[in-house]
Amino acid sequence: MKCDIILAGVGGQGILTIAYLLDNAAVNRGLRFKQAEVHGMSQRGGAVYSHLRISDAEIISDLVPEGQADMILSVEPLEVQRYLPYLRPGGVVVSNVEPFKNIPDYPDDALVLDALARLPRAVLVDAAAIATSGKVPKAQNMAMVGAALPFLPFTLADFEPIVQGLFGRKGDHVVAGNMHVLRTGNAVGALTAALLDRGVTSQRAHQLTSGLDLASIDPAMADELAAQPR
Amino acid sequence: MADRELLLGDDAVALAAIHAGISGAYAYPGTPATELFEFIHERADKLGIHAFWSANEKVAYEEALGTSFCGRRAIVSMKHVGLNVAADAFVNSAVTGVRGGLVVCVADDPGMHSSQNEQDSRALAKFALIPCLEPANQQEAYDMTRYAFDLSEATRLPVMVRLVTRLAHSRADVVTAPALPQKPLDPATDPMEFTLLPANARVLYRRLTEKQLDLEARAAQSPWNTLDVPPGAGRVGILTNGIAYNYVREAFGGQVPHPVLRICQSPVPLDRIRALLDQVDELWVVEEGYPVLEELVRGVVPPAGKVIRGRLDGGLPRTGELTPGIVAKALVGATPQGTAQTLEHLPGRPPTLCPGCSHTDTYALIKEAVKPYEKGQRIRLFADIGCYTLGFYEPHDAIHSCVDMGASISMCAGAAYVGQFPALCAIGDSTFAHSGMTGLLTASRQDANMVVFILDNGTVAMTGTQDTLATGQDLVDIVLGLGVKSEHVRVINPIKSKFDENLAILREEIEHKGLSVIIARRPCVQWVRRTNS
Repeated sequence: MKCDIILAGVGGQGILTIAYLLDNAAVNRGLRFKQAEVHGMSQRGGAVYSHLRISDAEIISDLVPEGQADMILSVEPLEVQRYLPYLRPGGVVVSNVEPFKNIPDYPDDALVLDALARLPRAVLVDAAAIATSGKVPKAQNMAMVGAALPFLPFTLADFEPIVQGLFGRKGDHVVAGNMHVLRTGNAVGALTAALLDRGVTSQRAHQLTSGLDLASIDPAMADELAAQPR
Repeated sequence: MADRELLLGDDAVALAAIHAGISGAYAYPGTPATELFEFIHERADKLGIHAFWSANEKVAYEEALGTSFCGRRAIVSMKHVGLNVAADAFVNSAVTGVRGGLVVCVADDPGMHSSQNEQDSRALAKFALIPCLEPANQQEAYDMTRYAFDLSEATRLPVMVRLVTRLAHSRADVVTAPALPQKPLDPATDPMEFTLLPANARVLYRRLTEKQLDLEARAAQSPWNTLDVPPGAGRVGILTNGIAYNYVREAFGGQVPHPVLRICQSPVPLDRIRALLDQVDELWVVEEGYPVLEELVRGVVPPAGKVIRGRLDGGLPRTGELTPGIVAKALVGATPQGTAQTLEHLPGRPPTLCPGCSHTDTYALIKEAVKPYEKGQRIRLFADIGCYTLGFYEPHDAIHSCVDMGASISMCAGAAYVGQFPALCAIGDSTFAHSGMTGLLTASRQDANMVVFILDNGTVAMTGTQDTLATGQDLVDIVLGLGVKSEHVRVINPIKSKFDENLAILREEIEHKGLSVIIARRPCVQWVRRTNS
């Protein structure tokens, strides 16, 4: 088993917190991991990324080789594009749909989203809505971890002690809120994954999942949704 | 059972230093080395280790040398360009030698993720005639640092541990070994030992050169300088260092079909390289950093009948960071195809000053103040190293230099002396404490016709809001103490509501025929957020 991931986003979006969660989940599972990140200047509102490699065998390089990543996990939709050369054929993109606009030449929203939906395997989620549903609107990064979970060698339960350790001092409601966001993100991710497995395009899967009530999302809905007339 | 910890490369070196029984840790912040000292700093009180951010790397190095003088172990850490600042102490500490183990950990930044250059600290270790260790992973960072302290005491020399960004800032799990207690206070008793009067220095320098054979012999035996010759290997060999070794292995899926010699402990054991050369007709030198080994192999007269490939013949890029892809392409040829971008125009996203940053308002103010002096050409500032260097980018377009810590003031003075007007410069509070004070003293003694802006945001912002040594009234007092006339030391609060008032102050000081210092004082928004959370 190996899982090579590129984490992406913009400085301040909590990319390194995602890395922290996944690192610890890997260690707790007895898996090996390496996770390279960039600090310093780029963290000031610039493009931020991290290479995360998880495996049950030796991991040699800290960096994921080009064309070998199994997943791009991005908290920002435009940032996905920067790392596509790393994504292997058949690899999955898990991305937030909400743009983070701090540059003057940010392309048209629809253009950015269409470009993502054209990818063969893209799980597109509204992380802001999911985070708000858990009353922790800043936890968009947590929603993204949840959405990526169906493609990772972990379960929700793996994250409970880690989230507790990370947010415990901020109170039980913060822990519960973050776990709720992880769970909801996971439900959206699992449903989208099931749709993609049934041959539904990324674009259609996004359309089918984005109108749903977050509280009632269930991967078991996949067959019914996939059969819906367009 | 051995302890397993989840550590950055920086952390692994720090933890090894703690476990090696250091009594003091010394540093100035700088990416990618900052986290090393921070790791120790957070634990120092509990462990009884002295840890306090120093004014600059030279001070840090000298403090570490003083701790070593007392027979106690010390680590000093810095980024690669920080070693330039510490170079005087560093080179001479090899001549004096050390007493307690002294490890200098230098984090290089190939690819210049957050630096002005990508200089290779191996070259400085060789220049100073001291050993250098280069871990390829977090475990080796820990193990080599433990070893470095023993090597330092065995050879009575400072020992360098060289990290690069990709290891300093990469996390993995590390197995640790039992911790040692700190060493007792046992200062040097021979006054000659650390006194580099010429008569003493000649003796000590000869002694340093005589140690080199021993150092090379140790490197030849080092478990980190291994030559692997797989069965059935052909006549192509690979010579590599540090994390480049990982990329070589990655290129072949872990099983390299060629002889591979990695050199991760220097001085370079030349016999090991000769042994490799004997077995091959073609040698690839794959180095993260400068072509240090490659130049050595090529020499004045390249080895007869051998083809040498590497950074110097275009086999690998001459500059920049290596990646698994670059190395695989050079050694294997084809590399896997990734996924094509699906957006036609992908704009860059460079770093920017944070929303609400005081520097943004200060630059807006300065831009307005210099307008009357602009005769068809923008007037920009000599600037320095910190967040405010981002003033280079639009919409600020405010600066025209960033060279080294403190250069803003001295370069501006040099321009003012020969007629530039208005001559303006900007430096942060911590950079001023690091290397700005001596430049300002020199300028004040000549009453240079210039305006120095000290951007006092109360913290070392760029590297993650570490403590600064000169802020608030202390900073004003320092400036006055350096001889700047009090009527031309002005403190402003760069907020929009005081724009006009501040603008008048700036214009007055630009018109003043002599030295002015304007301190723009407003706290860093990141720092405020962190201290409030």
